[in-house]
Amino acid sequence: MQYSAKVMDHFANPRNVGEFPNADGVGEVGNPACGDIMKMSIKVENNVIVDVKFKTFGCGAAIATSSISTEMIKGKTLDEALKLTNKAVAEALDGLPPAKMHCSVLAEEAIEAAIDDYLKKTTGKGLEKKKAHAHDEHHGH
Amino acid sequence: MTKIYMDNAAGTPMHPHVVEVMIPFLKEGFGNPSNLHQFGRITNDVIQEARGHVANLIHAKPNEIIFTSSGTEANNFALKGLLTSHKKKGNHIITSEIEHFSVLNPLKSLEKLGYVVTCLPVDKYGMVNPDDVKKAITPTTTMVSIMYANGEIGTIEPMKEIGAITKERGVLFHTDAVAAAGNIPVNVEEAHIDALSMSANQFYGPPGIGALYVREGVRILPFMEGGIQEGGRRAGTENIIGIVGMGKAAELAKLEMSQRVPKVQSLREQLKDGILKNIQHVYINGHPTNRLPGNLSLCLEYIEGESVLLFLDMQGIAISSGSACTSRSLKASHVIMATGVDAAIAQGTVLFSLGIDNSVDDVKYVLEKLPPIVERLRQMSPLYMKGK
Repeated sequence: MQYSAKVMDHFANPRNVGEFPNADGVGEVGNPACGDIMKMSIKVENNVIVDVKFKTFGCGAAIATSSISTEMIKGKTLDEALKLTNKAVAEALDGLPPAKMHCSVLAEEAIEAAIDDYLKKTTGKGLEKKKAHAHDEHHGH
Repeated sequence: MTKIYMDNAAGTPMHPHVVEVMIPFLKEGFGNPSNLHQFGRITNDVIQEARGHVANLIHAKPNEIIFTSSGTEANNFALKGLLTSHKKKGNHIITSEIEHFSVLNPLKSLEKLGYVVTCLPVDKYGMVNPDDVKKAITPTTTMVSIMYANGEIGTIEPMKEIGAITKERGVLFHTDAVAAAGNIPVNVEEAHIDALSMSANQFYGPPGIGALYVREGVRILPFMEGGIQEGGRRAGTENIIGIVGMGKAAELAKLEMSQRVPKVQSLREQLKDGILKNIQHVYINGHPTNRLPGNLSLCLEYIEGESVLLFLDMQGIAISSGSACTSRSLKASHVIMATGVDAAIAQGTVLFSLGIDNSVDDVKYVLEKLPPIVERLRQMSPLYMKGK
């Protein structure tokens, strides 16, 4: 199992690490027993994600997928961000080893959870229908 | 680039003298040892010489040593070969939860064939209780298989106590000594061991060669069938170059044991003390004193082992991790879990396994590089809130 140069770049120099004192939405997914937890914090203006930060407990792939997915949703509308798939995240990293695909699923879920949290805070109602995730590639929690 | 190797538990570098004795046999080691001509005589002689050195390392007789392709083959051979040859006596075997997969997986297969396996727990140090072994023995028990020492957490198991029990009860005693043989004194007579697995690349010999010791008079069915090599117990033309290397490695290990053990142990202690002094929220895995000299297994709380491994690799330091993400199974190490460590903390397992090639400078370099890596990952971790 080897990581691509892109994964190693995002692992060694992760983008947008941290959290906001007054985040508009926060999503935390994963389970320490399974090896990864991702926490995504977003700032939203006019339905656009103007800033995003992450904190991740996990392996190289978990950190790299968190990092690249923050780049991929920054400046996007909420609808656009919700369309981000784990496959697109993995492709943007020039692929992930098969055993690490669950990390990209986690990134997708973390973004969705942050948006869900934002909607609940602002409209009192979360996402109507959660997306179906590639849970066959995701180890059990 | 800096190259510091602290992953000796995964495989040791070859000793220069081992390489030296192997090289001529790349050219001249082709004669089949089963043949009577001069070419066969040369290789046959060196194999017998190597067998002597391997036997001597563990206080066995040369005819009790069977060369195999690896420690894994030796474990498979011992379990399957001994259980099937003693089928009339019974179908029960006793083992422990912290065995290597080359013991646990063959036993799973044997269970499907009708054998009954008792898997003993270990204490928080990874130690098997000899009393548990005694209590688990039934009239149908044919064998106890408990590892000599655990390569992941370093704990050395109570061999003499278990050996005394199996001897008294007339049960075979096999031990996976892959992590122990060549690194600490091993004596099959003292501990009444009937079968013992070992591997050359755990004590500065080449990879791809191992051995199984089987006590004289103990019947074992061949695992690899064919010709009459290795006294008819392991068919296949011998790995002459590997055997020559293993023989030399065994000879050197025996000769240098009394210098190697304190040297490696002292480096390990320096590394351990430095880490405990400079990094907080660290737990040592395995037994505090009764452990392999080079083993330092740690749980670094709030972070995950693989990311530590990757950052250390960027600094030229090679180690292992016991986290879920490093194994293909996506489960934390069964060994760490068996010692009762919390599943989240187990994810932060890293293993430094030092060897005879490491120096004080290596330890200093690791102590310089590790703390900022741990701090950086903790700052990135949602589980870590400093000061709270």
